[in-house]
Amino acid sequence: MKPLTRRQMAWCAARDIVEGWYINLGIGMPTMVSDYIPDGREIIFHSENGILGMGGAPKPGEEDPDLINAGRGLTTLVPGGSFFHHNEAFVMIRGGHVDLSIMGAYEVSAKGDLANWTTDSDTLAPGVGGAMDLAAGAKRVWALMEHNAKDGSPRIRETCSLPLTASGCVTRIYTNMAVLDITPDGVAVREIVEGLDLAGLQKVTEPKLVLASDWKMIVAPEM
Amino acid sequence: MIDKRVESFAAALAGVKDGDVILCSGFGKAGEPRALIDALAEIDVRDLTVVSNNGGSGVNGVAGLLKSGRVRKLICSYPRSGDPVVFDQLYREQKLELEIVPQGTMSERMRAAGAGIGGFFTRTGAGTRLAEGKETRMIDGQLHIFEKPLPGDFALIMAQCADRWGNLIYRKAARNFNPVMATAGKVTVAQIAELVDLGTLDPEAIATPGIYVDRLVVSP
Repeated sequence: MKPLTRRQMAWCAARDIVEGWYINLGIGMPTMVSDYIPDGREIIFHSENGILGMGGAPKPGEEDPDLINAGRGLTTLVPGGSFFHHNEAFVMIRGGHVDLSIMGAYEVSAKGDLANWTTDSDTLAPGVGGAMDLAAGAKRVWALMEHNAKDGSPRIRETCSLPLTASGCVTRIYTNMAVLDITPDGVAVREIVEGLDLAGLQKVTEPKLVLASDWKMIVAPEM
Repeated sequence: MIDKRVESFAAALAGVKDGDVILCSGFGKAGEPRALIDALAEIDVRDLTVVSNNGGSGVNGVAGLLKSGRVRKLICSYPRSGDPVVFDQLYREQKLELEIVPQGTMSERMRAAGAGIGGFFTRTGAGTRLAEGKETRMIDGQLHIFEKPLPGDFALIMAQCADRWGNLIYRKAARNFNPVMATAGKVTVAQIAELVDLGTLDPEAIATPGIYVDRLVVSP
Protein backbone atom coordinates (compact mmCIF):
# COMPACT_ATOMS: atom_id res chain seq x y z
CA MET A 1 0.00 0.00 0.00
CA LYS A 2 1.35 3.41 -0.96
CA PRO A 3 -0.25 6.24 1.05
CA LEU A 4 -1.01 9.51 -0.71
CA THR A 5 1.39 12.43 -0.44
CA ARG A 6 0.11 15.67 1.05
CA ARG A 7 -0.18 17.14 -2.45
CA GLN A 8 -2.18 14.13 -3.64
CA MET A 9 -4.52 14.53 -0.67
CA ALA A 10 -5.09 18.18 -1.62
CA TRP A 11 -5.64 17.09 -5.24
CA CYS A 12 -8.33 14.63 -4.13
CA ALA A 13 -10.27 17.33 -2.29
CA ALA A 14 -9.86 19.83 -5.16
CA ARG A 15 -11.32 17.33 -7.63
CA ASP A 16 -14.58 17.14 -5.61
CA ILE A 17 -15.20 20.90 -5.37
CA VAL A 18 -18.26 22.08 -7.28
CA GLU A 19 -18.20 25.05 -9.65
CA GLY A 20 -19.62 28.18 -8.09
CA TRP A 21 -18.81 27.32 -4.51
CA TYR A 22 -17.46 29.96 -2.11
CA ILE A 23 -14.67 28.23 -0.22
CA ASN A 24 -12.52 28.95 2.80
CA LEU A 25 -9.26 27.00 3.02
CA GLY A 26 -7.53 26.53 6.36
CA ILE A 27 -3.88 27.27 6.95
CA GLY A 28 -1.36 24.56 6.01
CA MET A 29 -2.27 21.57 3.87
CA PRO A 30 -5.77 22.86 2.97
CA THR A 31 -4.20 25.90 1.31
CA MET A 32 -2.64 23.52 -1.26
CA VAL A 33 -6.13 22.60 -2.49
CA SER A 34 -6.25 25.84 -4.50
CA ASP A 35 -3.31 24.58 -6.61
CA TYR A 36 -5.35 21.67 -7.99
CA ILE A 37 -8.75 23.09 -8.95
CA PRO A 38 -9.42 21.58 -12.39
CA ASP A 39 -9.01 24.03 -15.27
CA GLY A 40 -12.16 25.86 -16.25
CA ARG A 41 -13.96 25.32 -12.94
CA GLU A 42 -14.82 28.71 -11.43
CA ILE A 43 -14.42 28.74 -7.62
CA ILE A 44 -14.33 31.77 -5.32
CA PHE A 45 -11.94 31.69 -2.39
CA HIS A 46 -12.86 33.48 0.84
CA SER A 47 -10.34 34.65 3.41
CA GLU A 48 -11.51 35.56 6.92
CA ASN A 49 -9.38 38.70 6.98
CA GLY A 50 -11.71 40.24 4.41
CA ILE A 51 -11.20 38.91 0.90
CA LEU A 52 -13.48 37.22 -1.63
CA GLY A 53 -11.85 36.17 -4.87
CA MET A 54 -8.45 35.49 -3.42
CA GLY A 55 -5.93 34.39 -6.03
CA GLY A 56 -2.58 32.65 -5.86
CA ALA A 57 0.78 33.87 -4.65
CA PRO A 58 1.99 37.12 -6.28
CA LYS A 59 4.64 37.19 -8.98
CA PRO A 60 8.01 38.62 -7.96
CA GLY A 61 7.71 42.39 -7.88
CA GLU A 62 3.93 42.34 -7.38
CA GLU A 63 3.93 41.60 -3.65
CA ASP A 64 1.71 43.90 -1.55
CA PRO A 65 1.97 43.80 2.26
CA ASP A 66 -1.68 44.93 2.52
CA LEU A 67 -2.82 41.91 0.51
CA ILE A 68 -2.30 38.88 2.72
CA ASN A 69 -4.21 35.67 3.41
CA ALA A 70 -5.38 34.25 6.73
CA GLY A 71 -1.97 32.68 7.24
CA ARG A 72 -0.37 36.12 6.68
CA GLY A 73 1.18 34.94 3.44
CA LEU A 74 1.21 37.31 0.47
CA THR A 75 -1.66 36.75 -1.94
CA THR A 76 -3.49 38.35 -4.87
CA LEU A 77 -7.02 39.32 -5.88
CA VAL A 78 -8.68 37.89 -8.99
CA PRO A 79 -10.84 40.07 -11.29
CA GLY A 80 -14.24 40.33 -9.58
CA GLY A 81 -12.71 40.04 -6.12
CA SER A 82 -13.70 42.30 -3.22
CA PHE A 83 -12.46 43.55 0.14
CA PHE A 84 -14.56 43.94 3.29
CA HIS A 85 -13.99 44.12 7.01
CA HIS A 86 -13.53 41.30 9.50
CA ASN A 87 -17.03 41.40 10.85
CA GLU A 88 -18.52 40.98 7.41
CA ALA A 89 -16.09 38.13 6.69
CA PHE A 90 -17.61 36.29 9.63
CA VAL A 91 -21.17 37.22 8.70
CA MET A 92 -20.40 35.23 5.55
CA ILE A 93 -19.07 32.34 7.63
CA ARG A 94 -21.57 32.21 10.49
CA GLY A 95 -24.48 33.07 8.26
CA GLY A 96 -23.95 29.94 6.19
CA HIS A 97 -22.96 31.79 3.02
CA VAL A 98 -19.64 29.97 2.65
CA ASP A 99 -20.30 26.68 0.86
CA LEU A 100 -17.27 24.80 2.08
CA SER A 101 -14.60 25.02 4.73
CA ILE A 102 -11.62 22.70 4.40
CA MET A 103 -9.61 22.46 7.58
CA GLY A 104 -6.82 20.36 8.96
CA ALA A 105 -7.69 18.23 11.98
CA TYR A 106 -6.11 16.36 14.87
CA GLU A 107 -9.15 14.10 15.24
CA VAL A 108 -12.61 13.57 13.78
CA SER A 109 -15.23 11.40 15.48
CA ALA A 110 -17.66 8.94 13.92
CA LYS A 111 -20.37 11.60 14.40
CA GLY A 112 -18.34 14.28 12.64
CA ASP A 113 -17.09 16.03 15.77
CA LEU A 114 -13.96 18.04 14.96
CA ALA A 115 -10.91 18.56 17.17
CA ASN A 116 -8.38 20.87 15.55
CA TRP A 117 -7.57 23.78 17.83
CA THR A 118 -5.57 22.55 20.78
CA THR A 119 -3.47 19.57 21.79
CA ASP A 120 -3.42 20.76 25.41
CA SER A 121 0.27 21.47 25.36
CA ASP A 122 1.69 22.50 28.74
CA THR A 123 4.17 24.94 27.31
CA LEU A 124 2.49 26.56 24.30
CA ALA A 125 -0.71 28.58 24.45
CA PRO A 126 -3.65 27.38 22.35
CA GLY A 127 -5.09 29.47 19.54
CA VAL A 128 -8.44 29.06 17.85
CA GLY A 129 -8.44 31.72 15.12
CA GLY A 130 -11.54 31.31 12.97
CA ALA A 131 -11.78 27.53 13.30
CA MET A 132 -14.79 27.45 15.62
CA ASP A 133 -16.70 29.99 13.52
CA LEU A 134 -15.99 28.03 10.33
CA ALA A 135 -16.84 24.70 11.93
CA ALA A 136 -20.14 26.03 13.26
CA GLY A 137 -21.09 28.18 10.33
CA ALA A 138 -19.91 26.92 6.95
CA LYS A 139 -22.47 24.98 4.91
CA ARG A 140 -20.16 21.97 4.89
CA VAL A 141 -16.86 21.12 6.52
CA TRP A 142 -14.28 18.73 5.08
CA ALA A 143 -11.31 17.59 7.13
CA LEU A 144 -7.95 17.03 5.45
CA MET A 145 -5.55 15.05 7.63
CA GLU A 146 -3.12 12.13 7.84
CA HIS A 147 -5.06 8.97 8.64
CA ASN A 148 -3.01 8.27 11.75
CA ALA A 149 -1.06 10.28 14.29
CA LYS A 150 2.74 10.10 14.35
CA ASP A 151 2.58 7.31 16.96
CA GLY A 152 0.25 5.34 14.68
CA SER A 153 -2.90 5.90 16.74
CA PRO A 154 -6.10 6.52 14.78
CA ARG A 155 -7.24 10.09 14.17
CA ILE A 156 -10.71 8.95 13.16
CA ARG A 157 -12.21 7.98 16.50
CA GLU A 158 -15.45 6.90 18.16
CA THR A 159 -15.24 10.10 20.21
CA CYS A 160 -12.51 12.72 20.10
CA SER A 161 -9.94 12.57 22.88
CA LEU A 162 -8.87 16.20 22.33
CA PRO A 163 -10.98 19.32 23.06
CA LEU A 164 -13.66 19.87 20.41
CA THR A 165 -13.78 22.70 17.89
CA ALA A 166 -17.44 21.89 17.11
CA SER A 167 -19.62 18.83 17.28
CA GLY A 168 -21.15 17.06 14.32
CA CYS A 169 -19.82 19.44 11.67
CA VAL A 170 -17.53 17.32 9.47
CA THR A 171 -19.23 15.55 6.56
CA ARG A 172 -16.17 14.27 4.70
CA ILE A 173 -12.59 13.31 5.54
CA TYR A 174 -9.67 13.16 3.11
CA THR A 175 -6.71 11.20 4.44
CA ASN A 176 -3.56 9.73 2.95
CA MET A 177 -5.35 6.36 2.80
CA ALA A 178 -8.98 7.03 1.99
CA VAL A 179 -11.87 9.41 1.38
CA LEU A 180 -14.62 8.87 3.92
CA ASP A 181 -18.10 10.26 4.49
CA ILE A 182 -19.73 10.74 7.88
CA THR A 183 -23.22 9.30 7.39
CA PRO A 184 -26.09 8.39 9.71
CA ASP A 185 -25.16 4.75 9.03
CA GLY A 186 -21.56 5.24 10.10
CA VAL A 187 -18.25 6.15 8.52
CA ALA A 188 -18.50 5.20 4.85
CA VAL A 189 -15.45 4.56 2.68
CA ARG A 190 -15.92 6.27 -0.70
CA GLU A 191 -12.41 5.80 -1.97
CA ILE A 192 -9.36 3.88 -0.87
CA VAL A 193 -5.73 3.87 -1.99
CA GLU A 194 -4.43 1.09 -4.16
CA GLY A 195 -3.18 -1.95 -2.26
CA LEU A 196 -5.31 -1.37 0.83
CA ASP A 197 -8.55 -3.20 1.55
CA LEU A 198 -11.37 -2.45 3.96
CA ALA A 199 -9.94 -4.78 6.61
CA GLY A 200 -6.57 -3.05 6.38
CA LEU A 201 -8.16 0.39 6.67
CA GLN A 202 -10.34 -0.77 9.57
CA LYS A 203 -7.21 -1.78 11.52
CA VAL A 204 -6.06 1.87 11.62
CA THR A 205 -9.51 3.40 12.17
CA GLU A 206 -11.44 3.28 15.44
CA PRO A 207 -15.11 3.41 14.42
CA LYS A 208 -16.67 0.60 12.38
CA LEU A 209 -16.32 1.34 8.66
CA VAL A 210 -18.85 0.57 5.97
CA LEU A 211 -18.04 0.41 2.28
CA ALA A 212 -20.05 2.79 0.10
CA SER A 213 -21.90 0.93 -2.65
CA ASP A 214 -20.11 2.97 -5.32
CA TRP A 215 -16.65 2.93 -3.68
CA LYS A 216 -13.62 3.11 -5.90
CA MET A 217 -9.85 3.10 -5.89
CA ILE A 218 -8.03 6.45 -5.73
CA VAL A 219 -6.07 7.10 -8.90
CA ALA A 220 -4.04 10.25 -8.23
CA PRO A 221 -1.24 11.65 -10.39
CA GLU A 222 2.26 11.40 -8.98
CA MET A 223 3.24 14.55 -7.05
CA MET B 1 -14.30 74.00 12.33
CA ILE B 2 -14.16 70.30 13.00
CA ASP B 3 -10.61 69.08 12.85
CA LYS B 4 -9.80 65.76 14.48
CA ARG B 5 -6.09 65.92 13.72
CA VAL B 6 -3.70 65.92 16.64
CA GLU B 7 -0.05 66.79 16.22
CA SER B 8 1.64 64.10 18.30
CA PHE B 9 1.21 60.50 19.42
CA ALA B 10 1.17 61.74 23.00
CA ALA B 11 -1.85 63.91 22.19
CA ALA B 12 -3.43 61.04 20.31
CA LEU B 13 -3.20 58.85 23.40
CA ALA B 14 -4.04 61.50 26.01
CA GLY B 15 -6.31 60.11 28.71
CA VAL B 16 -5.19 56.47 28.65
CA LYS B 17 -5.20 55.29 32.26
CA ASP B 18 -4.42 52.23 34.38
CA GLY B 19 -6.75 49.30 33.75
CA ASP B 20 -8.01 50.51 30.38
CA VAL B 21 -9.13 48.14 27.67
CA ILE B 22 -7.25 48.91 24.43
CA LEU B 23 -8.50 47.56 21.12
CA CYS B 24 -5.48 47.15 18.83
CA SER B 25 -6.36 46.57 15.20
CA GLY B 26 -4.47 44.77 12.48
CA PHE B 27 -4.09 41.30 11.10
CA GLY B 28 -0.42 40.58 11.02
CA LYS B 29 1.18 43.82 9.90
CA ALA B 30 -1.70 44.73 7.58
CA GLY B 31 -3.82 47.46 9.12
CA GLU B 32 -1.81 47.57 12.33
CA PRO B 33 -1.42 51.07 13.85
CA ARG B 34 2.17 50.26 14.64
CA ALA B 35 3.35 53.78 15.54
CA LEU B 36 0.39 54.34 17.90
CA ILE B 37 0.95 51.02 19.66
CA ASP B 38 4.67 51.71 19.98
CA ALA B 39 3.84 55.13 21.46
CA LEU B 40 1.46 53.55 23.97
CA ALA B 41 4.27 51.27 25.16
CA GLU B 42 6.14 54.44 26.21
CA ILE B 43 3.33 55.80 28.39
CA ASP B 44 3.41 55.16 32.12
CA VAL B 45 0.25 53.10 32.60
CA ARG B 46 -0.34 49.59 33.90
CA ASP B 47 -2.81 46.72 34.03
CA LEU B 48 -4.04 47.30 30.51
CA THR B 49 -6.21 44.74 28.75
CA VAL B 50 -5.25 44.44 25.09
CA VAL B 51 -7.70 43.12 22.52
CA SER B 52 -5.90 42.06 19.36
CA ASN B 53 -6.16 39.13 17.00
CA ASN B 54 -2.66 37.98 17.94
CA GLY B 55 -0.07 38.31 20.67
CA GLY B 56 2.33 40.15 18.40
CA SER B 57 5.32 39.08 16.37
CA GLY B 58 8.94 40.08 16.93
CA VAL B 59 9.51 42.85 19.46
CA ASN B 60 7.49 45.82 18.15
CA GLY B 61 3.80 46.65 17.90
CA VAL B 62 1.64 44.50 20.18
CA ALA B 63 4.71 42.42 21.09
CA GLY B 64 6.50 45.57 22.26
CA LEU B 65 3.46 46.66 24.25
CA LEU B 66 3.36 43.26 25.99
CA LYS B 67 7.11 43.46 26.60
CA SER B 68 6.72 46.87 28.24
CA GLY B 69 4.99 45.16 31.18
CA ARG B 70 1.96 47.44 30.96
CA VAL B 71 -0.45 44.71 29.95
CA ARG B 72 -2.22 42.46 32.44
CA LYS B 73 -4.49 40.60 30.06
CA LEU B 74 -4.61 39.70 26.38
CA ILE B 75 -7.88 38.91 24.62
CA CYS B 76 -7.24 37.35 21.22
CA SER B 77 -8.17 34.55 18.85
CA TYR B 78 -4.70 33.26 18.05
CA PRO B 79 -1.86 34.39 20.31
CA ARG B 80 1.02 32.64 18.59
CA SER B 81 1.55 34.09 15.16
CA GLY B 82 4.67 34.87 13.17
CA ASP B 83 7.46 35.07 15.72
CA PRO B 84 5.72 35.16 19.13
CA VAL B 85 8.88 35.37 21.26
CA VAL B 86 7.53 37.96 23.69
CA PHE B 87 4.13 36.35 24.13
CA ASP B 88 5.61 32.87 24.62
CA GLN B 89 7.93 34.05 27.35
CA LEU B 90 5.23 35.95 29.26
CA TYR B 91 2.88 32.97 28.92
CA ARG B 92 5.51 30.54 30.17
CA GLU B 93 6.27 32.78 33.12
CA GLN B 94 2.53 33.19 33.81
CA LYS B 95 2.85 36.97 33.64
CA LEU B 96 -0.07 37.45 31.28
CA GLU B 97 -3.73 36.51 31.56
CA LEU B 98 -5.03 35.04 28.32
CA GLU B 99 -8.61 34.90 27.04
CA ILE B 100 -9.01 32.98 23.78
CA VAL B 101 -12.03 34.10 21.74
CA PRO B 102 -13.02 32.68 18.34
CA GLN B 103 -12.12 35.24 15.71
CA GLY B 104 -15.66 35.86 14.48
CA THR B 105 -16.99 36.03 18.03
CA MET B 106 -14.30 38.55 18.97
CA SER B 107 -15.29 40.72 16.03
CA GLU B 108 -19.02 40.37 16.72
CA ARG B 109 -18.56 41.17 20.43
CA MET B 110 -16.96 44.46 19.39
CA ARG B 111 -19.73 45.05 16.87
CA ALA B 112 -22.26 44.52 19.67
CA ALA B 113 -20.41 47.03 21.84
CA GLY B 114 -20.31 49.56 19.04
CA ALA B 115 -23.94 48.97 18.09
CA GLY B 116 -25.33 49.21 21.61
CA ILE B 117 -26.41 45.58 21.67
CA GLY B 118 -26.27 43.72 24.99
CA GLY B 119 -24.68 40.61 23.51
CA PHE B 120 -25.76 37.80 21.25
CA PHE B 121 -26.29 34.06 21.01
CA THR B 122 -24.06 32.14 18.62
CA ARG B 123 -23.43 28.52 17.68
CA THR B 124 -19.70 29.26 17.48
CA GLY B 125 -18.00 27.53 20.40
CA ALA B 126 -21.17 25.79 21.66
CA GLY B 127 -20.31 22.53 23.39
CA THR B 128 -16.60 23.34 23.54
CA ARG B 129 -14.25 24.31 26.31
CA LEU B 130 -14.62 27.98 25.32
CA ALA B 131 -18.31 27.77 26.28
CA GLU B 132 -17.56 26.94 29.91
CA GLY B 133 -19.44 29.26 32.27
CA LYS B 134 -21.48 30.81 29.46
CA GLU B 135 -25.26 30.90 29.30
CA THR B 136 -26.69 28.49 26.71
CA ARG B 137 -29.95 28.40 24.83
CA MET B 138 -31.50 26.06 22.27
CA ILE B 139 -32.65 28.16 19.31
CA ASP B 140 -34.46 26.33 16.51
CA GLY B 141 -33.07 23.05 17.79
CA GLN B 142 -29.45 24.20 17.86
CA LEU B 143 -27.28 24.88 20.87
CA HIS B 144 -26.16 28.49 21.17
CA ILE B 145 -23.99 30.27 23.72
CA PHE B 146 -24.30 33.83 24.95
CA GLU B 147 -21.47 36.24 24.23
CA LYS B 148 -21.17 39.68 25.81
CA PRO B 149 -20.18 42.95 24.14
CA LEU B 150 -16.49 43.84 24.13
CA PRO B 151 -16.04 47.61 24.33
CA GLY B 152 -12.71 49.41 24.50
CA ASP B 153 -11.71 52.52 26.42
CA PHE B 154 -9.51 53.23 23.43
CA ALA B 155 -9.55 51.79 19.92
CA LEU B 156 -6.28 52.16 18.04
CA ILE B 157 -6.85 51.73 14.34
CA MET B 158 -5.08 52.34 11.05
CA ALA B 159 -6.39 53.74 7.77
CA GLN B 160 -4.89 54.67 4.46
CA CYS B 161 -6.65 57.94 3.95
CA ALA B 162 -8.72 60.36 6.02
CA ASP B 163 -10.21 63.85 5.92
CA ARG B 164 -10.38 66.21 8.88
CA TRP B 165 -13.83 64.90 9.83
CA GLY B 166 -12.33 61.45 10.38
CA ASN B 167 -13.92 59.77 7.37
CA LEU B 168 -11.71 56.79 6.59
CA ILE B 169 -10.74 54.72 3.59
CA TYR B 170 -8.69 51.55 3.95
CA ARG B 171 -6.39 49.71 1.61
CA LYS B 172 -7.07 46.11 0.53
CA ALA B 173 -6.93 43.52 3.33
CA ALA B 174 -5.56 46.17 5.73
CA ARG B 175 -9.21 46.98 6.47
CA ASN B 176 -9.70 43.86 8.66
CA PHE B 177 -10.66 44.78 12.27
CA ASN B 178 -10.41 48.56 11.78
CA PRO B 179 -14.05 49.43 11.00
CA VAL B 180 -15.49 47.31 13.82
CA MET B 181 -12.94 48.50 16.37
CA ALA B 182 -13.65 52.09 15.32
CA THR B 183 -17.25 51.65 16.49
CA ALA B 184 -16.33 49.95 19.78
CA GLY B 185 -13.86 52.44 21.27
CA LYS B 186 -14.98 55.12 23.72
CA VAL B 187 -12.11 57.04 22.20
CA THR B 188 -11.13 55.95 18.70
CA VAL B 189 -7.75 57.05 17.42
CA ALA B 190 -6.83 56.48 13.79
CA GLN B 191 -3.25 56.42 12.60
CA ILE B 192 -3.47 57.47 8.97
CA ALA B 193 -1.02 57.37 6.11
CA GLU B 194 -2.47 60.39 4.34
CA LEU B 195 -4.76 63.32 5.13
CA VAL B 196 -6.78 64.72 2.24
CA ASP B 197 -9.03 67.76 1.86
CA LEU B 198 -12.60 67.48 3.04
CA GLY B 199 -14.84 66.53 0.15
CA THR B 200 -12.22 64.73 -1.87
CA LEU B 201 -12.92 61.20 -0.56
CA ASP B 202 -15.47 59.35 -2.65
CA PRO B 203 -18.58 59.20 -0.38
CA GLU B 204 -19.40 55.78 -1.86
CA ALA B 205 -16.00 54.45 -0.80
CA ILE B 206 -15.82 55.76 2.78
CA ALA B 207 -15.71 52.57 4.88
CA THR B 208 -15.72 54.26 8.29
CA PRO B 209 -17.75 57.46 8.58
CA GLY B 210 -16.11 60.05 10.81
CA ILE B 211 -18.79 59.79 13.52
CA TYR B 212 -16.83 56.85 14.96
CA VAL B 213 -13.45 58.58 14.91
CA ASP B 214 -12.25 60.98 17.61
CA ARG B 215 -8.62 61.65 16.79
CA LEU B 216 -6.40 61.40 13.75
CA VAL B 217 -2.64 61.21 13.74
CA VAL B 218 -0.65 61.20 10.54
CA SER B 219 2.15 58.66 10.24
CA PRO B 220 3.20 58.25 6.60
